[in-house]
Amino acid sequence: MNCVLGPDNILYDTLLFRVIYDFVGQLLPCGLAYVASGFAIMFLLANGVLLGAGGFSWAERRLIGRFHNRVGPNRWGPFGTLQPMADLFKLLFKEDLTPRGADRIVFMIVPVAMVAPVILMMAVVPFAKDTALANLNVGVLYVLAVTSITSIAIFMAGWSSNNLYAMFGASRGVAVLISYEVPVVMSLLGVVLVAGSMSMADVVSAQTVPFLLVQPLAFFVFFAGTSAELNRTPFDLAEAESEIIAGYHIEYSGVKFALIQAAEFGAVLTSSAVMVTLFLSGWSGPASSYLGWAWFLMKIGVLAFVFSWIRATFPRLRIDQLLAFAWKFLLPLSIINLFATALEVYFLRDGAGILEATDLWIMAGINFGVAIGCLLIFGTLIQDKVRPVRPVSGVTIAAPEVF
Amino acid sequence: MLFQDVVFWILTVMAIGAALGVVLVKDLFRAALLLVVVFMAVSGFFVLLNAEFLAVVQVLIYVGAIAILLIFAVMLTKDVQHGNQPNRLQIPSVVFASLLLVSLITVAVDTKWDFLPAEQQERVELVQTNAVTTLTGEALTESGVISPEEQAEVQGAGLADLLIGDYVLPFEAVSLLLLAALIGALVLVRPNPGTGRG
Repeated sequence: MNCVLGPDNILYDTLLFRVIYDFVGQLLPCGLAYVASGFAIMFLLANGVLLGAGGFSWAERRLIGRFHNRVGPNRWGPFGTLQPMADLFKLLFKEDLTPRGADRIVFMIVPVAMVAPVILMMAVVPFAKDTALANLNVGVLYVLAVTSITSIAIFMAGWSSNNLYAMFGASRGVAVLISYEVPVVMSLLGVVLVAGSMSMADVVSAQTVPFLLVQPLAFFVFFAGTSAELNRTPFDLAEAESEIIAGYHIEYSGVKFALIQAAEFGAVLTSSAVMVTLFLSGWSGPASSYLGWAWFLMKIGVLAFVFSWIRATFPRLRIDQLLAFAWKFLLPLSIINLFATALEVYFLRDGAGILEATDLWIMAGINFGVAIGCLLIFGTLIQDKVRPVRPVSGVTIAAPEVF
Repeated sequence: MLFQDVVFWILTVMAIGAALGVVLVKDLFRAALLLVVVFMAVSGFFVLLNAEFLAVVQVLIYVGAIAILLIFAVMLTKDVQHGNQPNRLQIPSVVFASLLLVSLITVAVDTKWDFLPAEQQERVELVQTNAVTTLTGEALTESGVISPEEQAEVQGAGLADLLIGDYVLPFEAVSLLLLAALIGALVLVRPNPGTGRG
């Protein structure tokens, strides 16, 4: 049986779906093949993210080992590459504990609620030409909406564990998430303005000049905001080991803990993928019609490396410094960026509202100046706000209010 | 199409079941989580209606912001672990809930659901009799009733035009209200200048 997908179908634009559908269509009747290839593509995506999370956990431990001038996991498999497998099996055989007095149902849903947004986020990211699972016309907003589900999952984890430390971690985590969501959204608006569309595929094709150059300030704000939302050092207050043990996932063990960890590592990869798509011109590069996926993976690798680098370099912030960084530093920067971009787009676009490559280069020049100036000014301004509290003799100073 | 019907009924059961749960479950935190499920189901309805923008905004605002606000409120309430607190606000809440119900029913009854002009409605019916039982965006496009541009306009730009065109006054009123709420919250939690702490 040979099934042909009509060009009026929603999934016709998805090349990957068509290839799988053609293949499955030879084995199954067309109606079944349609559903089956849908499931196949979801299976590929979910497992791709989870495998990537495993791989990244190994890579990051090795990298941080190098940064700390030690070895890192190197025993199991070549260069220790099978370490994630060993970790997984260890966690699978551990006892699955539920604390006394916990809200059992909510406690059980949490790992799934943590992993689901991470995988869902990949649905709109095009990893080669025409291969996004869904080319939504509101792709950028979709990514933001899906990420916001994570805060509910963190709340669920903190509340259902019946543990004060978990509750502390959760309220810190959510405070960080909702504060950093504002500058992240504002910085993306600049990108949307320049691209003239919220669809991820259109954003990629609009990047004749990578938006990293056109929107340096937006990239900085987005990168800082995302690493805060991912709960990574220096922003990992929600699970600060020295203060609140392990934060909201303190009571989780065994498979549930494995899933939560997979969600955290996978989130780094998917956020890198989103950043690659929005700022580093996605899959495009030399020979991108054949090697688009390779370019895409390579760029993700570079960004993931930068994430590990930052994690290994900076010490953890205090909660008031963290929130001041969001509200007094990133938010003004993102507003300035949005304002500057809006003005540039207004003056540089032609009659049809299209920006040429030369216009983009002009914008890049202006925006780099704006970015450096703003970073210098606001960096100096915020220094007073985030100085460490030093006790003065004779005067007692109240400790900074902590969550 | 059968598939869309199946999805519709799943979403309906999900929405109504979760909404009943919100009212009937004693544990306030679980009720708030069930409310999240209701919001998700509603955004699913928006997707079924080809309104991706509204669906995404529904998740972004209701799940990402309002549900979080609710959960914070639940957490900061005293003795919330012991279930619903008895209070004296039963009569006002009944009044307000019935007012809301009446206004919603009025709106639902008064709305003209057959929003297409008469001659286009004929063409839609023509399409429908031509063995297309449920209209999809593609079918409408093929029959020429709605062009892709019109669809895009309805989904994104049309909404913006309505918000800052016809409905600019309610829009601004709501934003003023939000600003007032924000300032009110700041005033309430501000440390008392006399004692040093609020």
